[in-house]
Amino acid sequence: MSTGTPMGGASESQARADELVDETTKPSRLRGLSEWWNHLPRVAQWGFLLIAVAAAFALPLVNIPLITTEPGNNWPLATAEMARYALVAIGLNVVVGQAGLLDLGYVGFFAVGAYVAALWTSPDSTMVHIPYLLTLPLAAMVTVVFGVLLGIPTLRLRGDYLAIVTLGFGEIIRLLATIIPALKGQVGFQQVGRPPGENADGNPVFANSEGAPWYWLTLTVIIVVMIALGNLERSRVGRNWIALREDEDAAEIMGVPTFRYKLWAFGIGAALGGGAGAIAAGQIGFVNNQRFDVQMSIMFLVAVVLGGQGNKFGAIIGGALVAYIPLRFTAIAEYKYLIFGAVLVVLMIFRPQGLFGKRPHLLTFERRAHKRIANLADAPTSAPAAKEAGQ
Amino acid sequence: MNQWITFDWEALGANFWSATVDGLTFGGIYALVALGYTLVYGVLNLINFAHSEVFIVGAYAIVFTLTSLGFGPSVPNLEWYAIAANLLLAVIFGMLASAVTAFIVERVAYKPLRAKGAPRLVFLISAIGMSFVIQYLIFVWRGPNPEPSVIMFENKAIFDIGGTLIYFDSILIVTAAILMMIVVDQFIRRTKLGRGIRAVAQDPDTATLMGVNRERIIISTFVIGGLLAGVAALFYVMKVPSGVLYLGGFLLGIKAFTAAVLGGIGNVRGALLGGLLLGLIGNYGQILLGSAQWTDVVCFVVLIIVLMVRPEGILGSNLGKVRA
Repeated sequence: MSTGTPMGGASESQARADELVDETTKPSRLRGLSEWWNHLPRVAQWGFLLIAVAAAFALPLVNIPLITTEPGNNWPLATAEMARYALVAIGLNVVVGQAGLLDLGYVGFFAVGAYVAALWTSPDSTMVHIPYLLTLPLAAMVTVVFGVLLGIPTLRLRGDYLAIVTLGFGEIIRLLATIIPALKGQVGFQQVGRPPGENADGNPVFANSEGAPWYWLTLTVIIVVMIALGNLERSRVGRNWIALREDEDAAEIMGVPTFRYKLWAFGIGAALGGGAGAIAAGQIGFVNNQRFDVQMSIMFLVAVVLGGQGNKFGAIIGGALVAYIPLRFTAIAEYKYLIFGAVLVVLMIFRPQGLFGKRPHLLTFERRAHKRIANLADAPTSAPAAKEAGQ
Repeated sequence: MNQWITFDWEALGANFWSATVDGLTFGGIYALVALGYTLVYGVLNLINFAHSEVFIVGAYAIVFTLTSLGFGPSVPNLEWYAIAANLLLAVIFGMLASAVTAFIVERVAYKPLRAKGAPRLVFLISAIGMSFVIQYLIFVWRGPNPEPSVIMFENKAIFDIGGTLIYFDSILIVTAAILMMIVVDQFIRRTKLGRGIRAVAQDPDTATLMGVNRERIIISTFVIGGLLAGVAALFYVMKVPSGVLYLGGFLLGIKAFTAAVLGGIGNVRGALLGGLLLGLIGNYGQILLGSAQWTDVVCFVVLIIVLMVRPEGILGSNLGKVRA
């Protein structure tokens, strides 16, 4: 597969070099973009990222016709939901995309996070009350415990057991919320806490009807998480995840403690799901047993699969899309589960890598390796051979 | 009063024997559905996530057949053989509907992927997608409420053993489940198709080299699982008349799968043992903890414990190891 992009001498050799590194999981259209991106200097990359982040922060304020979800749904609230789905998708992507574990009960962790926020902040709860913002890390910690407790017996087993156990787990959390009296079933918890701060008119900044502040809060969390996960992926942990996703037996033989790293992925994924649940509880201001059903788990899975398993930027896009489409096209909202279920099947048959496939790339010394391969490719004789080898 | 979990040992003691009978009845239904999971797992080494929907489609077909024959929530005034004939007709339609669904699931969600040699995760995701699609097709068509119940006979107590009444449906369901299990077991052991299934379960490549048509074996396995799910659906309609709704398959599916794992997935006799045991455990747990919703929680905890202690299940898990 040739890229065939008309480029100058130096960049052409770099393009070849890129082919060495870059396998053909990407459509050629996107490849030009990723090449261009990979060969920008670090500073320029950060510059572009800053612009992108600024644009992302401005999203709830710019209400573009055709793109906006109004009049059907309030646009800032819609962006808050999109961001929340994106955060969930990033977390689930660690489990499904990075470590290759199919988790069909992710909503269970989301629910645990929401209940942690509710139990420790709502006046309906008899527990000790703490400030809302503290519940975010607390929710993450509690869900990690749940994730580890669920993971220890199941992660040693084959992947499909894990799928069905997690499917059961999600359902059990919902059932427990219904039948344990202290969790108040359908009555639920009102007035879940919110971050501090008031507007000039005395209304809280993080009112339940205001989407924008919640969006910004979620986006900030997403950025922190993305930086942390990016580092983690380039570390020993990330390399082990990839080894284990690509071939578990080979990874085990090469000395990767597969169980431990699966547990890592499961725990980190759980923590992010719990955090997202706590944010959702705060924004909606009400938690009961009604919104944590299996359907949500499947929607989270669709977000990851649609965006591209193993690609965390893809997960953000996938999560945002899964939230956005039913809000924007209210006429089809009723059929969203049907549509997204079909999307899963169709994607698996025709494009299992999703919109943005994971790009196999060198992790630790990527830039240095790029340069070195680029120099190699400059040598006239080795270039065609190298190109062949890359395919 | 305890705000979290209360145990009611007295209730369990008082209702122990009726709970046992009831548990075995549900266990029979679990066992029949579990067979579908077990057979497909034995052959493909994959969980057929859409099997729960295969089952519920059968239940819908049975309810539709019976309502269109004019039956409803009141017991019909007919001789027993007329009722039996109507039930037989209904179960044939149920089995057909389930088998066709299983066939479609295999053709849409499994076959194209097998042709491409896709990784396991891809199969699981496409199967779960398929299950979701069927669930919501039913939802869009029939709405969120269960179908109106159809009662075919007055459920009389047949025996009275030491104060415990044993009802007709319990006897029917448990007997039928055991009979079906024997039939399937003998089918796997003795027939040519059964030998093919065992061969593919043991080693698909060698089986193909030996002239076994693997594709045909796989599709037959799905269809057999579907037929059994259709029978289970009839008993489900009898036992839980108000349970025919779009989510009904999902909830039963998890329990049936647990039953299959408990007995040893891929093991036909294990499915029966696991189903009956799980029915008992679930029912005892439900009475002990005081609410029907605990059944699912208890079954799930059983699944986790089994996976921790003996992941290959009670009877061990390999369809290929069955001797003729």
